[in-house]
Amino acid sequence: MADQKIASRTQVNLVGLGKADYRGNPSTLCQGCGHNSISSQIIAACYELDILPEQIVKFSGIGCSSKSPTYFLGRSFGFNGLHGRMPSLATGALFGDHTLRGLAVSGDGDTASIGMGQFKHVLRRNLRLVYIVENNGVYGLTKGQFSATAEVGLYLKGQGSNPYMPVDIAWEALVGNATFVARSFAGDPKQVKELIKAALSHRGIALLDIISPCVTFNNKDTAVHSYAWGKEHEVALHELSYVPPAEEIMVDYEEGEIQEVTMHDGSKVILKKLEHDYDPYNRAEAMRILEEANAKQWLLTGLIYIDPDKPSLLDIYNLTETPLNRLTENRLRPPRESIKQVNDLMF
Amino acid sequence: MSLAQVKDDLKPGLETQPIVNAFSITVGSVNGSGSQTSNLTILRALFKMGIPVSGKNLFPSNIQGLPTWYTIRVNKDGFLARCDESEIVIAMNPATLYKDLHDVQPGGAFFYADDIPLTNKRDDVSIYPMPVKAISRSSSAPTELRDYIANMVYVGVLARMINIDMEKIHLALHFHFKGKTAPIDLNFGVIQKAYDWANENLTKTDPYVVEPMNLTDECILADGNTAAALGSIFGGVQLAAWYPITPASGIAEALIEYMPMFRKDPQEPGKNTFAIVQAEDELAAIGMTIGAGWSGLRAMTSTSGPGLSLMAEYTGLAYFAEIPIVVWDVQRVGPSTGLPTRTAQGDLTFAHFISHGDTQIVILLPGSINECFEFGWKSFDIAERLQTPVFVLSDLDFGMNQWMADKFEYPDTPMERGKVLWEADLERLKGQWARYKDVDGDGVTYRTLPGNRHPNAAYFGRGTGHDENARYSEDNKVWHALLDRLKKKYEKAREFVPAPVIQKEPGAEIGIISFGSTDPAIQEARVELLKKGVKTDFMRVRAMPFCEDVREFIKAHRQNYVIEMNRDGQLHQLISLEYPTEVMKLKSIAYTDGLPLTARFVREAILAEEKI
Repeated sequence: MADQKIASRTQVNLVGLGKADYRGNPSTLCQGCGHNSISSQIIAACYELDILPEQIVKFSGIGCSSKSPTYFLGRSFGFNGLHGRMPSLATGALFGDHTLRGLAVSGDGDTASIGMGQFKHVLRRNLRLVYIVENNGVYGLTKGQFSATAEVGLYLKGQGSNPYMPVDIAWEALVGNATFVARSFAGDPKQVKELIKAALSHRGIALLDIISPCVTFNNKDTAVHSYAWGKEHEVALHELSYVPPAEEIMVDYEEGEIQEVTMHDGSKVILKKLEHDYDPYNRAEAMRILEEANAKQWLLTGLIYIDPDKPSLLDIYNLTETPLNRLTENRLRPPRESIKQVNDLMF
Repeated sequence: MSLAQVKDDLKPGLETQPIVNAFSITVGSVNGSGSQTSNLTILRALFKMGIPVSGKNLFPSNIQGLPTWYTIRVNKDGFLARCDESEIVIAMNPATLYKDLHDVQPGGAFFYADDIPLTNKRDDVSIYPMPVKAISRSSSAPTELRDYIANMVYVGVLARMINIDMEKIHLALHFHFKGKTAPIDLNFGVIQKAYDWANENLTKTDPYVVEPMNLTDECILADGNTAAALGSIFGGVQLAAWYPITPASGIAEALIEYMPMFRKDPQEPGKNTFAIVQAEDELAAIGMTIGAGWSGLRAMTSTSGPGLSLMAEYTGLAYFAEIPIVVWDVQRVGPSTGLPTRTAQGDLTFAHFISHGDTQIVILLPGSINECFEFGWKSFDIAERLQTPVFVLSDLDFGMNQWMADKFEYPDTPMERGKVLWEADLERLKGQWARYKDVDGDGVTYRTLPGNRHPNAAYFGRGTGHDENARYSEDNKVWHALLDRLKKKYEKAREFVPAPVIQKEPGAEIGIISFGSTDPAIQEARVELLKKGVKTDFMRVRAMPFCEDVREFIKAHRQNYVIEMNRDGQLHQLISLEYPTEVMKLKSIAYTDGLPLTARFVREAILAEEKI
């Protein structure tokens, strides 16, 4: 393949792939769209983590954000499903091969409006899935209507002023028993990348609510989903860096300066303390800080909550080591003699 | 017991001859009172006596308190459709006492709990009071079980009065309570007491009795939901996602019960080759099913009308993205919530055309408990072969009632997994393949499955317009060609969906066409019609698309009556659409009121149409 030839001439990762092997088709989203920046960080994170693209399955619903899986990991299987119904599709599909990691991209309309039900239920099932919400407060593909995360009073051309209270996706995730809840900002690519890496190492569901400005319909400086507002109001809980399993932590930190989160696969997330002390294992504290952020108009970013060891959906099903989708007839159809047993069970 | 003994038992001087193994029993009781156990015990005991028998539960959508009826039909000739008349009625519900009394056929028997005051009697039926309270109070049952136990009284009294074999009753209890001695003894104790009481205190004045036969030796008693689940298990179902709904829940519940018995992996001891997921709603249930089907699992969901409505959007995706799944629709009465605990065949056109745009869904129509089992496994072969959703339309009458059936048979064909490319296949093809390219000219293309590690394996599934490589496309020619290919696949299905079952009567000019659970009523009606000199041929359709046999059958008859349990004659509509030139030979006889079809309805409807 052409891509592989290029890769062999340039830098490759531990699985022998170049960054180009992680790319997808050229984006058809608007220039400057926050989603493109997130796609780039997905590419970078997977490349740096030495994950084979074939090991990842992409999922999305409907909307601008949901188009983006075409623009990264072209060698990964993917499915662009129905509006608001991506979680169920991902749930069923990931039963096919328990060695695969799911990576889903959704939007605020896809998740917090039409898809609220499936969103909440995939959280409580703890499916092993990186669930990224590219949150911009507005419907892009249908040209500029309010989404459920838009703030009260937001004025949009042709729509007037938003009369309804917003949905806070991170809050919903927390209340919904998600085992990994993070918020980030497309204007903070380094943090986005480290969070994606941590999320890919998580045993269960990892919800990333990423504020990803829509440059076409909702980027006025006063709008809470705009670049300007985000830059001005971002308050990071910590500085985040991801350390893969079996890799030494190379930087020396002062006593009390960092908190280490050990992921289920042995990798670590190093949280370097900034202004606040913050313990991401504490669910009550997570709720409190979200309330505080809301009151103080912060764009609070970082790893808000984590429970790294809770069994994932597939863990509780006691499935064969052989992926289910490789089982053949001799393992799927009960033997001939069992039909007598069945008939004996009837009256 | 021999016939002679039966005669001896009858009141001296009674002129009626005994009527043996040909009558119906109705039990009227209060929903939630535990009468179902008693009714099933009677049904099973009769079955074990070798007598053809059927039982139908006519129950309300309610947990406790509303009236419910159970009808049992014994018929030595094997006619087991519901019939309107009951020769024996047992009244346990004060609220329906006089309705129940009214419903007894003249010359029949009426049993009632003697704590209910019965002031208006009938002279033309035998009336037997039963000391239900006295007997249940004298049992050793704890107080909280008394109400349940009370229902065993009528089992004992009836057993004595119509000669049900007590040993078989014991067998039935043994099965029901899975061999647990305490409940078996407790219930049998009450039945025996009631039997003894009847023996000493009642004098039989009605002619209805049963006698042992040997017509059920090679049969089983099973409900259609259990049969569907077991068939699916033999079909290798790997993911079943569902949401509770009457009358379909029994399919998932039977899977929960039987999967661990039959589907542990033979190679990795103790490990499961399946997963059952209770979803948050039917939208998610079918979403999971489609996700699993896409990733190569044999996946199914089971629902009823309201759930099917919710599944419409996702079914369109599965049809268009070409994902094999199996959907069981156990039909109940609609539209809307309708009559959730009553039976109908009203989902046929909706299921077939479900979703917006041009869609045609392959549908299987089981017409017996054995076909519920058979289509349970066969549906997966058809779905994977065609890479399309396959719907199986059962109904409440099949799903939730016990039917006498032949023993289930092991699948007679190996699994058909369809066109799937794994790593070695792609290696051989040097990575050259396209997900939606019609290589073989049959409309069915090759697919790869997530987890395939070949670098060229992946494709991006979507519900949007796509080219042969699954890339987004709005090209008009590409779209047109794609829709045509999907049509080609549907046409191809005619070759391997189950053909209709056709029964002929030499010289018949009349054809009867039907599907599903109307079979027993039509079979019985045909015999009755023949006695009146009306010869009929019968075709029971078992799938859509129809195969050529259907057209030939229609052509071969002067008049065809399409009989079904819905208002608008949906099968009639679909056949008319398919064969517009034959429309003049088709006449719809459609009727729905929530109850299973009777032979009388069929017979009278045809006689009226034929002006006989």
